[in-house]
Formats: sequence, C-alpha cells, structure tokens
Amino acid sequence: MNYLMRGIGVLATVGTISLLAFSLPSGEAHGDGGDDALPQLTHKNWQQECASCHLAYSPALLPKASWRRVMGGLDQHFGENASLDPVTQADILRFLETHAADSGNSAIGSKVMRRQGVDKAGANEAPLRITETRWFVNKHDEVPRAAWSRKAVGSAANCAACHRQAEQGLFNEHDVRIPK
Amino acid sequence: MIKHMFPSSLAMLGMVSTLALAAETPASLMTQYAQKAGVPVSALSAQRGAALYRTEHAGRDGQPVSCASCHTASPQQAGRTRVGKRIEPLAPLANPQRFTDAAKVEKWFRRNCMDVLQRECSAQEKGDFIAWLSQLK
Repeated sequence: MNYLMRGIGVLATVGTISLLAFSLPSGEAHGDGGDDALPQLTHKNWQQECASCHLAYSPALLPKASWRRVMGGLDQHFGENASLDPVTQADILRFLETHAADSGNSAIGSKVMRRQGVDKAGANEAPLRITETRWFVNKHDEVPRAAWSRKAVGSAANCAACHRQAEQGLFNEHDVRIPK
Repeated sequence: MIKHMFPSSLAMLGMVSTLALAAETPASLMTQYAQKAGVPVSALSAQRGAALYRTEHAGRDGQPVSCASCHTASPQQAGRTRVGKRIEPLAPLANPQRFTDAAKVEKWFRRNCMDVLQRECSAQEKGDFIAWLSQLK
C-alpha cells in the first residue's frame, strides 16, 4: 500500500516534471540550473566515522530534525550497529545541524527544503533517508527502477556507483555513468 | 648549549611517549585481551579465531551473516560494506594499519559482534580473532 502510494506520488512528480521540461532549455530539464553543487565541507569526525561505511553524505541534504533522528539511533542504523562514543556522536551531530538543509547555509539545502514543503500533507518532515526526500526522488526520476538493484550498484545509498566523483563531492549530471 | 637543547629534547620525549600510547601492535593487543580474559597468551587459539570469522549466524533480519559476509572469505582481500564501500583487508600482513589503534579495534568489535552474533564478543574471542588474523601469510 505504502509503495503503491509512493509510486503514484513518483508518477505524478514525473508527469509534472516532464511537462516542465518542455518549457525549459535543455540541460535545465529539472529547472535546477547549475547551482546544485554541494558545499565543500571538512570535518574530521564526519569524514572519518560516517565515511568508514558509506559516503559522507552531505548534511545539506536533510533537515536538522532528520539528522537528530539519525544520530539518535546509531545502534540500529539501517540494520547495522554504527554506535559511537558520546563525545564523537555529539560532535558530528553539531556539525550536521550547522550545515543541515534548513540551516540556511547552502543553496542546495534551501532547494531540498522547498521541495519538501511542496505538499505539506504528504511531506515527511524528518525523513531518515536522503532517498526519501522529494528533492532526491525528483532528481532521479529518469533512473530505471531496475538500475538501483544491479549488483554493481547495490542500493540507492551507493552514490559513487553512478556518480563517479561522488567521493570528491562532485555530482555533475553529465558525469553520471549507470553501471550495466 | 645544554640550556638550548633542553626544551627540544623534552618535546621529543613528549612525542615519543604519545606515540607509545597510541600505537598498539597485534601482539600487544593479544596480550591485553588474554590478560583481560585471565588466560596466558599461549591459550589464544587461531583455530577458534578462524571459526569465529567463518561461522554464520542468523542476523537481525534473519539472513545468515558472518564476518566473511563483508570481509569476504579471505581477510587478505578487500571487502565491501553493505552499501558497496571498500573495506581495507583485515589481515595485518595485507594491511599493516590493522590492530594498531586500541580504540578503533574496540569500536569495531563492539559494532560488528552485535551485528553478527547479536551480542558483544568476549576478551578471549577478540584475542583468538587477532591470533588467527596475525598468523595469516
């Protein structure tokens, strides 16, 4: 049921976007222009701890409330124990909150928040996954569903499978290579 | 002359002692775990360590899981996390940085024993584990 609703949501978004796409010059099919660069951030614990299992996801892609939920449940972090000592945990949370989507510290963060707010009724105010944000769904609407589960990809959490320079914080659409 | 040398040699001494505090070796960690378990180092068993690495358990989602699930059948090879990120080899011979930082070793034993065994590992198990990995050639 949940998936069905989500599917309808995605389809509706795709429809709206394709309509929009026709009225925009190519290269700006999503009306996002080129200001989607992620802020280049450095923070020792964020880079060291979060990136030992996955890409150090940008704090600008989720609101503060989401980061609080994520950091409050590290002992059951998407099926794995990712618990930290309290000092490191608090340090990382402070960093994430400072640069969160709703911190007003980045253009991309503001965009993520704007998209989240499109439909208050359906919007999840503190999504646990970046892939649950409307911004992410919208950005990846042309990726075939089957591509996400290919062996070389694994899941949507593996940015670097297609965004080859993701480790360097570069997500330019033109450099995307979806593995076969 | 002596006056001038004094502060710098003090600083050197400081650096050496910090290094000594931070740097462990697989052997020194085995000694510590054996001590904690109340057994002599000679009682640590590479064979039990290998079994700990390979034995599958029912994971949190019911799927069979072992250390090898992420670290692969050979700890000399690089592994992959569940989201596809590279894990450097576990065996010290393939990756000399392994088992040189006590806090890091404890952090990963805590997390991964909970994930694989659904409980913390004992000091003896940790010692066995390192005993096995450090004799792999």
